[in-house]
Amino acid sequence: MVCREVSKTFYERDETLAYLPEYRGLVGRWRYLRTRPTPVRAVDKVSFEIRRGEIFGVLGPNGSGKSTLVRLIATLLLPDAGSVTVFGHDVVKERLAVRRLINRVSVEASFFKKLSALENLRYAARLYGYPPREGTEKALDILERLGFNRRKAFGSLENLSRGMQQKVAVARALFTSPVLLLLDEPTTGLDPRSKREVQDFILEVRETHDTTVLLTSHDMSEADRLCDRVAFMDEGRFVAEGTPSELKETYGRPGGDGTVSLEDIFLEVTGKEWPGEEDV
Amino acid sequence: MRKEVETKAERAGRPSLRAELGAALGFVERNWYLTKRYFGWEVVFLFYTIVNTLTIALIGVTTPGEAGPKVLYLVVGGLLWGFLSVIFHDVSESVAWERWEGTIEYTFMAPIRRLTHLGGMCMYAVIYGLVRSVVVLGAVALFFDLDLSGANLVGGLVVLAVSSVSFIGLGLIAAVLPLLSTERGSQATHIMEGFILLVSGVYYEIEVLPSWLHPFSVLSPATYTLKAVRMALLEGAPLVDLFPFVGRLLLTGVVLIPLGLLVFSLGENYAMRTGKLKRSG
Repeated sequence: MVCREVSKTFYERDETLAYLPEYRGLVGRWRYLRTRPTPVRAVDKVSFEIRRGEIFGVLGPNGSGKSTLVRLIATLLLPDAGSVTVFGHDVVKERLAVRRLINRVSVEASFFKKLSALENLRYAARLYGYPPREGTEKALDILERLGFNRRKAFGSLENLSRGMQQKVAVARALFTSPVLLLLDEPTTGLDPRSKREVQDFILEVRETHDTTVLLTSHDMSEADRLCDRVAFMDEGRFVAEGTPSELKETYGRPGGDGTVSLEDIFLEVTGKEWPGEEDV
Repeated sequence: MRKEVETKAERAGRPSLRAELGAALGFVERNWYLTKRYFGWEVVFLFYTIVNTLTIALIGVTTPGEAGPKVLYLVVGGLLWGFLSVIFHDVSESVAWERWEGTIEYTFMAPIRRLTHLGGMCMYAVIYGLVRSVVVLGAVALFFDLDLSGANLVGGLVVLAVSSVSFIGLGLIAAVLPLLSTERGSQATHIMEGFILLVSGVYYEIEVLPSWLHPFSVLSPATYTLKAVRMALLEGAPLVDLFPFVGRLLLTGVVLIPLGLLVFSLGENYAMRTGKLKRSG
């Protein structure tokens, strides 16, 4: 997967203005709608390559542009400049071909929560071209491997823990044999145990599937554990890139406990403190 | 390596006509599962529709003159509007609904054509609308002594089937509104739906409308549907007499469906450019 000088800017109105007295009422509303939206550079000339079979991590705090980058690769956004190719297919010109090669897990498990895990997987199977029977068999097989009994498989997904939902989301993404798997903060908001389970599952996937993974996270220990290479993203730009050990060697200045963490590297390359869990 | 990757993807994606049809049926199946899961709400909505239709039909009993034809006139209006608005609503709300469920990104990045996605949604809307209309008709028939002995039921059904095509086209055009505006798009579809209800002569002849609304009545496919179905059911008009209406409805459908798809695809590109193709919240 190759990203070359990709940029994306959004234009947003300052919504706080709408509460000011001069922007109230019909005339005020009209005036507000005529205010010039502010450009927000979400992704700024980002270039990188991911090799086949690699787990590549993009690390950054909230609002750094990670999810926008994932959505550009996932064909959900059009880039303003630059190009993204997924194993030779351009995400703008060959949208359908790219969609056949990828799948994505987002921070919130995108399911019909009233439906069961089985029903959601059957739906996914249909969308990705599997005949109903094959889709059902494959879905049941996956759910069994995830430790689902029949009651869980047929019960509403909303009754499952978030960790379990997220494991089903990863399983659904793999169900379609993607060549590139986009994991957009798959463990954010999970309790430590669920987080560990999902991470173990990702490592298992890496062992058993021929899948390339792009993982975004703001959890440095997760990146250290899972990724072959990582890039730090800040204000839409890649500010450092390499294997965790390379980065530690290049930028590392030991912290208080004498070891170098990825948080220390982020501080070194951006001059900013890495936000705590409660801030992200 | 690229060849190897493509082979794997093709096996997984199966970009064939059969796969596209299977995916369209996937939407039908998914919506059926959702209908089952929200069954309680379905019962509530159905009850409301039945009561609403009965209430409107009772107006026919209270006005002077023979009640039978007037009740049937109003029942036909209520039933047809129920059917057409279900189609319009289900198709036009397909985006807003996925946004609310949080599945919009997943559905839009699936390797299927938009025609397949929307086609599947329309298929379910038509089936669902028909089943719902039959249930409402059954309930209304229990309440009123409707005389359908001279009615051309087949003719009515033909008109209904043809009119659903135009309404799918209108629904596709309306479906773009929630794509363009995440907050207000859905409400805008209701305005469109309400306007069609006003100008199409659902419960009255369009002649009673102010003259400035008449051009809109002429443009609305519901106007022809209602006229033709009433001719078939109230007057027992043979199919040949319904052909001019069927022709107009077909023509409207032939224009509206490609237009709807074009508008939707332009809206989708706009949403992809501005970042609006995302879940709520």
